[in-house]
Order: sequence, then structure tokens, then C-alpha cells
Amino acid sequence: MITWIRNGKVVDPVKETVEERDLIIEGGKIRHILPWGTFEGRSDDVETLDASGKLVLPGLVDMHTHLREPGYEYKETIASGSRAGAAGGFTALACMPNTDPPNDSRSVTEFILEQAERADLVQIYPIAAISVGQKGERLTEFGDLREAGAVGVSDDGQPVRNSELMRRAMEYARFHGLAIISHCEDLFLSEGGVMHEGEVSTRIGLPGIPAASEEVVVYREICLARLTGCPVHIAHVSTAESVSLIRRAKEAGLPVTAETAPHYFSLDHSAVIGYDTNAKVNPPLRTPMDVEAIREGLADGTIDVIATDHAPHSPLEKEVEFDKAAFGMIGLQTALPLTLALVKDGVLTLPQAIRKMTWNPAGILKIEAGRIAEGNKADLAIVDPDEEYILSGEDILSKSKNSPFVGRRMRGRVELTMVGGRVVWKRSLPDRWAGR
Amino acid sequence: MKGFHHKDLLGMGQLSVEDIELILDTAESLKEISHRDIKKVPTLRGKSIINFFYEPSTRTRTSFEVAAKRLSADTLSLSASTSSMVKGETLIDTARNLQAMNPDVIVLRHSSSGAPHLLASVMEAGVINAGDGINEHPTQALLDMFTIREKKGRIRGLEIAIIGDIAHSRVARSNIIGLTKMGAQVTVSGPPTMIPMDIESMGVKVEYDPKKAVEGKDVVMVLRIQLERQSKLLFPTLREYAQFFGLNKAIVERANKDVIVMHPGPMNRGVEIDSPVADGPYSVILDQVANGVAIRMAILYLLIGGAKSDHVD
Repeated sequence: MITWIRNGKVVDPVKETVEERDLIIEGGKIRHILPWGTFEGRSDDVETLDASGKLVLPGLVDMHTHLREPGYEYKETIASGSRAGAAGGFTALACMPNTDPPNDSRSVTEFILEQAERADLVQIYPIAAISVGQKGERLTEFGDLREAGAVGVSDDGQPVRNSELMRRAMEYARFHGLAIISHCEDLFLSEGGVMHEGEVSTRIGLPGIPAASEEVVVYREICLARLTGCPVHIAHVSTAESVSLIRRAKEAGLPVTAETAPHYFSLDHSAVIGYDTNAKVNPPLRTPMDVEAIREGLADGTIDVIATDHAPHSPLEKEVEFDKAAFGMIGLQTALPLTLALVKDGVLTLPQAIRKMTWNPAGILKIEAGRIAEGNKADLAIVDPDEEYILSGEDILSKSKNSPFVGRRMRGRVELTMVGGRVVWKRSLPDRWAGR
Repeated sequence: MKGFHHKDLLGMGQLSVEDIELILDTAESLKEISHRDIKKVPTLRGKSIINFFYEPSTRTRTSFEVAAKRLSADTLSLSASTSSMVKGETLIDTARNLQAMNPDVIVLRHSSSGAPHLLASVMEAGVINAGDGINEHPTQALLDMFTIREKKGRIRGLEIAIIGDIAHSRVARSNIIGLTKMGAQVTVSGPPTMIPMDIESMGVKVEYDPKKAVEGKDVVMVLRIQLERQSKLLFPTLREYAQFFGLNKAIVERANKDVIVMHPGPMNRGVEIDSPVADGPYSVILDQVANGVAIRMAILYLLIGGAKSDHVD
């Protein structure tokens, strides 16, 4: 059986092109990429997908997702997160280790991969913990974790305070070919804080998290990269000074990469006004000046990756007093429309934007994904870039609905997602869209 | 139409200049009731008011209780230890349960900033913020403004210093919003560890040293130092705080001759305020307490007295 995706505009994030191409998919792989109107297949053995007026993107790769399983299945499961990911155009998700138990051993990594196989939707790539129990004391067994299927190690959720431990982790991770992803936060500086420390926190009386709590650790990781020569990836960059530190590190040729999340280039700290716990996230939403700097960092290549930091929480953790609410927001189904808004604003070209959600994260994690090319696995998404809609809770396939973007206008919707030639998400029009 | 069109009193930010003047004027006319032989009028007869104090409080709680009783409302008091919150009930569930009993007003004191806003979002009853975390304490600010107006005849154009832990003070935040709105010039003072970032954006001046901050001031407001802040590295010792930031006679004398000194209570004598100042001729601290009752009577009356007005919240 052959699948023919016809009349779409295919985005190549490596050549940075958007071309009028048909895709011929066979045996789960992309067999041919042909100009429109040149394919002559026998019609009895061909399934045709019409992509007229649509973009055909490489399947998106999220290198920073919280799938909550094992331990917090009431917030999200690998299956529900996979569905949300597929609906958001993602074909690969790297899931963070702060589960219960944390992913600090082969048995947890294998469990995650088994659950992913049961869900059988998108590719799941476990990120393991840097330290046993995420306690910041002893390194986990990086080699064994790598063999079990982990693609990286991270302290996300439980930042490494001990700089010596971080240094050794970087050296050891490189030997095993694991990406090392740092959540940069000085826990002493941020302690008790619930939003960005600045004009808004002062005005609405909430304890602040200073920008410096991120920046001092970003600088620590840069110093350690210089010391050891080992690569390090900075997670969820949120401040202007972090961007400029990373920019200078890259100019100096240090092996530092960085990601940000869509909320850091879409919202500022004023979103917290009214004590909206869905706008409570760590690192916190910063100032408009920081938002501008993040956009500049994306535009000039300082920030390599757009990741979601999808962090599902149930109403039990969100419909409470602001200081008692959990940090985090979901993002799998909003990442692409928010990134397309950057294209519309002229911050990035379309291929540049897509590269930060495909080729770049795939390269950092060293996974085979991120590009539509002949012979590659047929992981892709068909997207209507122009459709406008108000995001509603019903649209969200994640188990949790904690998003400050619910009720906001979005532009760009995923029509279909394919993993290995198999359709894992296809948008069927809900009633309220009928007759449009 | 002149009137008070709010369901809740959550903070000073929601009040217009006209709202504030209406509250102060109403308090002025109600104050006299507390000086009668029979200190009670039937205005709020049949109304029920729940005082829900999740944090300990003597002054504010008693003040609301007295105010409600003088207006003949029925009052009920809940504290964290006697409520289901110790049994793990969420604030929203507690609110829904209280709403089921159909009270007219809930007065809430809570340790979390924004808790009254959350409560108000799920309750039909009016919610009065009696202090939320480090955010606001609007009735305190209103009684302070009432006291200032009573003593000085006006608020507009006055020079006012607020000294203490501005960052963690809901009294300071409410007063800053209210006083600047009413046209006073506010200067905040205290150790740099206690002055929040970008406070100038709220329209105030910063002068860390109280000796300089009080110069030319008509009103000096001293904030209570919370002793547990010492462990948060905000100041080294109470002794040193008193030495550099405590309001003593020598400092007060640098202010205007007819200065008034205020404190929201309870005082740490010898720490943020010296006894000769607290008990001195410029002190209006006990007037503040008396006026607190009048202000709370006014707010209760405006929120639930008479015909229901159209809320525009």
C-alpha cells in the first residue's frame, strides 16, 4: 500500500525551504518526494491524502515533556500525553524524569518504554535523572540507562545544587553519548517565590523569583562547559540575561545549546494578574523586555530549540490559593500555533521556526527524526496554518487542562499526524465546526 | 448615580476616588453610633456575616465583630482550627459549603495573597478582604485614611512616610494604592532588604534611611516587624533594626511639627517604635482602632445595607 500526500507545501528545516511537493509513502518510509503533478500511481493501490492549502511538516520533536507516569497518572499518562502530542503535531516526545519513582534506573526507563509501546502512538524517548532519587547526591547509572533506552539525563524539577556533581555528570554523560539538560535555578534565591520578582509581583503582593536565580546557574553551566569541554543543554530559558550569557558562550565556541518554551515568548508576568494559577510556571513568566530578548535569541540562533515544558496538573493542584498551586502549564497542543505566530510576526521564517521544533532537538538528543527526506521514517504532520479558532477546554486531549491559553485566539491547527506512515491523529470536525 | 456598586471589597485597586470618599463619609456619619448609650441600630437586622479568619487576628476580627453587632447583623466566627480546612478541605470547597448556608458577607483573613479573590469567584455572598498574605488589607488602609482625614482635614497634598517591611506588608500595599489615589505623596522607608523591586512604579518615593524619610512629613506610619523575618535574612538582629530603623523621638522630631504617628498594631515596643513615640502627643494609634469600627460599619452597610444596588464588578 502506498500513501500519496498530494498538493501540500513541504517544509524542509535543513535546506530551509518550503516547496510544492507530493510525498509517496510506502512501508512506513518516505519513498519519493516529487513536484506537484508528476506522480503517476495506479489508483487501486494508493490512498490519497489531500494537503491542498496545507503545510506538510516533519513530525515535531518535543525534548521537554512531563508525562507524569509512573506515579501521577491522575495528571497525565504516557497514553494521554501521546494523544495530546499527536494532536499537536508531535511524533516524538522526550519525557522528564521527575515521576514517582523518578526515572533513575533501568527498570523505570523500561517501564516507560513499555507503556509507550502499549499506547502505540508517538515515539517516546525517556530522559533519566542525573542523580539517584533526584537527590543531588550520587550519579545514576548513565550507561545502563542509555542501554535501556534513555537519550539524555536531566535534573528537571529538582535542580542540582552541587556544582561538583554537575561537573562530573557532564563529563560522564558525554562518554555515554547522553544529552545533559540543566534546569537552571538557584533554589536559595527562588525559595518561597511564586512569580517573577518585579513590578507586577510588587503590585499584586506575591513573593518573587528573581531573574538572577536562573542566570547564576546558566552561568555556572557555561563555566562547567568551558572547564570540561562537555556539551550542556539549558532548559526553558526565560530571561534576557540568560540569552545574552548563552549568546556569548556560543560566540566563544562553547558546546552550549538552549531551549525556550512558547509561553516565554508569548506571555509576560502581567498574565498572573488576577491570580490565575494557570499562569504560574517555573521559571516564571518574565517582563516584556525578557520576552523581547527571548524572541531575539530565537531569531539570531542563540536559542536552538522550542520545547513545550508540557506540565500537566489536575484541578487539585490548580484550583487553590496561588501560593499553594503547583508550577507548570500544558503545552503540547499550543506549541505549534504559538510558534507560527512568531513566523507571522516576522521573528523567524517558517523553516527556521520548524527547525527549532524538529531538526535541532533531534540533533541534541541524537535521535533519528526531524526531517522529511527520501528514505526517512514517515513521521510528519499536515497543518492548516491559517485556521483561526478560540482554544477551548474540549480541544485539549491531555488529561489536564491547565493552560492560560484556553479562551485565547489561536491560528494554525494540526489536521493529521503520521508516525511511521501510520495516521495517529486525524482531526474530525467537532459539531461546532460543522457547516462552517 | 452616587452609590457603591461592588459585590466585594478585595483591594484598594478596585475603588475609585468617589468610592473611597463615600466610604469615609459614611464612616463619619456612623461613627457617632459608637458614642451613644445604646450602641446599636437596626440597619443590618436579619443579615448574616461570617468572620472567617484563617490566620490569627485580635484587632481586625474584633473590630469587624463589633461593627456588625452595632448594625444588628448576626455574626459567626470561624478560624482555621475550628474549620474543615484543618481536615484538608480546599478553600473552594469551604467556600461552597459556606455559600450553601446563604450568608450575606464573608470577611476573610488568609495567609495566601489572592485567597479572597478565589473565594469571591465562587460565592454569591460579598467577600471582604481582611488581609491576604502580603497583598492587601483594604479596611486597614481605609481606617488609616479616615484617621488622617479626621486629624488633618484632607489627604490630598499630604506628605506621608511609611517605614518598615514594605515588601511583606499588606498594610503598606493597601495604603500606598489608596493614599496615592487620593493625592498624597508617599515615601517608603526601611532596610533595602524590605523594599520590594520596582516599588517606584506604584507612584512612591524610596528613602531607605528613616531619618531622611520623615523630613517634611505630615504623617509617619510605622509597620509592625514580623519577628520571623529575621530567619529570612532580612535583618540581622532586632537590636540592630531598632537602632537604625526604629522610630524614636529624635527621628519624629525631624518631621513636621504637627506630625501624626500611626501604627496598625500590634506594636513591638522598643523595636519598630519607641514607647515615648507610641504614647506621645503625636500618636493617633488608639484613634485608628476606634475608627476601625466606624470604617467596617460603613463597608458592611455599603455592601449589604439597604436595597441591593447594581454591581459593576
